[in-house]
Amino acid sequence: MGIENVKLNLPGREVLLTGNEALARGALEAGVKYASSYPGSPSAEVLDTLAKLSSQFNLYAEWSVNEKVAAEGAAAASFAGMRSITVMKADGFNVAVDFFTSLSLSGVKAGMVVVVSDDPSAHSSIKEEDSRYLSKLAHLPVLEPATIQEAKDMTVQAFTLSEAIGLPVVIRCVTRICHASSVVKLGALNNIEVRPELKQKFLTNPQAHVDVENKLREIAKTGGGCLYAGPENAQTIIVTSGPVYTYCLEALEILQLNGEIGVLKLGRTWPLPEAELYNRLKQAREVIFAEEVEPFIEDNVASFAAFHWSELNPLQLYGKRSGHVAGPLGPGIGELNTDVMIDSLIKIKGLNYQRNLLNQDKVKHLEPLPVRDRAFCAGCPHRASFWAIKSALALDGRNGFVLGDIGCYAMGRGRTGYFLLSSVHSMGSGVGLAHGFGKLGQFSFNQPVTAIVGDSTFYHAVVPALINAKANNSNFLCIVLDNETTAMTGHQPHPGSGRDAAGNPSPAVSMENLARGLGLPVYISDPYDIPATVKLINSLLTNNEPQVLILRRTCALVAAKREKRPKVYVDQEICLGDGCGCNRFCTRVFGCPANIWDKEAGKARIDEAVCVGCGVCVSLCPQGAIKVEEV
Amino acid sequence: MEKQPFNLIFAGVGGQGNVIASKLTALAAVDSGLKVTVGETFGASQRGGTVMSHVRIFQGDKIVGPLIPRGHAHLIIGFEPLETLRILLTYGNRKTVVIVNDRPVYPLNVLSGDAEYPNVEEMLVTMRDLVEDVKVVQATDLAFQAGSALATNIVMVGALAGLNCLDISAAKFEAVIAGFFKPEFKELNITAFKLGMKAVQE
Repeated sequence: MGIENVKLNLPGREVLLTGNEALARGALEAGVKYASSYPGSPSAEVLDTLAKLSSQFNLYAEWSVNEKVAAEGAAAASFAGMRSITVMKADGFNVAVDFFTSLSLSGVKAGMVVVVSDDPSAHSSIKEEDSRYLSKLAHLPVLEPATIQEAKDMTVQAFTLSEAIGLPVVIRCVTRICHASSVVKLGALNNIEVRPELKQKFLTNPQAHVDVENKLREIAKTGGGCLYAGPENAQTIIVTSGPVYTYCLEALEILQLNGEIGVLKLGRTWPLPEAELYNRLKQAREVIFAEEVEPFIEDNVASFAAFHWSELNPLQLYGKRSGHVAGPLGPGIGELNTDVMIDSLIKIKGLNYQRNLLNQDKVKHLEPLPVRDRAFCAGCPHRASFWAIKSALALDGRNGFVLGDIGCYAMGRGRTGYFLLSSVHSMGSGVGLAHGFGKLGQFSFNQPVTAIVGDSTFYHAVVPALINAKANNSNFLCIVLDNETTAMTGHQPHPGSGRDAAGNPSPAVSMENLARGLGLPVYISDPYDIPATVKLINSLLTNNEPQVLILRRTCALVAAKREKRPKVYVDQEICLGDGCGCNRFCTRVFGCPANIWDKEAGKARIDEAVCVGCGVCVSLCPQGAIKVEEV
Repeated sequence: MEKQPFNLIFAGVGGQGNVIASKLTALAAVDSGLKVTVGETFGASQRGGTVMSHVRIFQGDKIVGPLIPRGHAHLIIGFEPLETLRILLTYGNRKTVVIVNDRPVYPLNVLSGDAEYPNVEEMLVTMRDLVEDVKVVQATDLAFQAGSALATNIVMVGALAGLNCLDISAAKFEAVIAGFFKPEFKELNITAFKLGMKAVQE
């Protein structure tokens, strides 16, 4: 793992790479010259990696303002004859898909690869979208790597396929590829120099739809990177894709069914590899579908089989539609794993299998084990912002509310943000919603409306909503939680950062100047100064126009790395414990993980292993028992 | 190494350094001529939630997926007692070996008074009742001793090396750690590693 392995010019060498690094390495082996992305988990590290190597490999890498603009930039490079890659999570693919539905019609020239990362079980996402449906809608071929080695190899193949047919090719990765790592055998690096030039037109017309359908039919006839494991004459086969392939192999091994059931892994899941599929279906009596998240392969293969019904044996199909392949939350929901496959096979085959598990009754006396909610980090400026907003709304007393969106601050829907958020949807959507609420005044709506957005989100999707609000004379407070970075995905720069993807200085686009240019009043406050911030927000709530408040304070994780931390401690002589009447405000109410309760002393304490020394709790303790010592 | 693959889980709370611990272990494995597949979850889960790294070490050309099946962990290295117990209950069996740091990281609902954090001693007793081999390491204290609580994960990697259950020498671990950190943090982390190693060997 690590950049050293990604750039190693030793074909045949086996090195440790993460899935994201393997995707980046594949692009380098294919001679990519243009790379663009908007950071999103789980694929943020693909562009992080390419950007670090950009000068060495003479390629252009950028963090774009959003995924649509990223895709358009990468398409331009392709039009000019240079191989390009654009990377986004499923949510971002939604943003870009308007462009892709047209791009497939105009076609591309040099190979263009679109990495789309899906997050089954939504480990680091708002939702677990299956992006393959949109790829199909946009007439884009889809490849799905099953291993880290395939993540690299398929990237190289995707460039070749894209160039051969003149369509962008999607590599659909899931979290268990992107964030997994394994040993990868390297291929040769390719540093071909191309002089870019636009020599043809890329227009869409009615004929283009005919052309793209023909291209997809041609692809369907070619091999689909299939792997087959199991007996050649198996009457029961599992059709699968991605890392679910590895879960199927292990489940069959554990159940000792590998001599009986075959596994067909599709490398290309759209268009389906028809010949390979047909041959396997021809011998089968039972087909089990195993894929993440939705029944995409299942429905498409069922449809394909229906057109060949008279040539096939009577087929029993098992999968999400039949309810047999399902995790604990039901079919089509959540990530699969070896255990889900074991349980599904037990159901289908009527097996009797007992796992070698621990006696769960032995912990009965300790139950319930407390769950562990996600929380803002110790010293996170968002906690201070949420506390200030909550306090200001309470002071106002008119039942004001907060609309949110995606980012670290989406956690504000939970305990860590005092359950403050009333909505969480997509990038910037809180501001569009705020505008709508802000126009309800003519129907006697009188609740104060606030929307919170992150700094990166502000540039990505908020500006059009603010233009709309100004032009339509709306009424709400847009609060930008500006922690000067894209924190959730690993601190990538954004247009306001003043540095580019490779870390070099670049022009910064000032969010306050941008908002002022729209004619909006702009206010700035430090969220660590809670009393001043509460007062300011409270005063803004009574204004009747769209306004922007920037709460600016560097992400605590970034600050902790570059600054010495002051020592914060509780003077237990001053802390009154439960006699105070504050209801243990610092631990129970404010909820910073560094504020803990010293059971023995019956007083508050600071956990020095966790505290970053922000000092916000110092101003909140009613007794003034929390002290700061500069070091 | 008789188990193929050898299934190891680092269990903890977001921010405790699981990812680095699993990365160092995987690098040491590959440098020792072994194969490895690691499954991680990070992103939102990293923010104070339960985190796990599945590290699967093996030899030869075998396809090994990134997730360990329930009941199949050979070794669980827990950075925090509650998460160690939670993950042991799902992934452990009678023969699973446990190394646990006994210092709690309290969940938000415990801090707020809405839930009770189980007594640490009782949790350790329960773990010993569940499996045959439980080693307790005061990893956070040892990390402080080495110079920073942030090195708790490296103390636990040291404990892993001290157990000597993988075909990876302590010197190989040490070389990987030395190469991983910036020069100014090298000594601190090597000290933490050695303290962890010593702790399980005593």
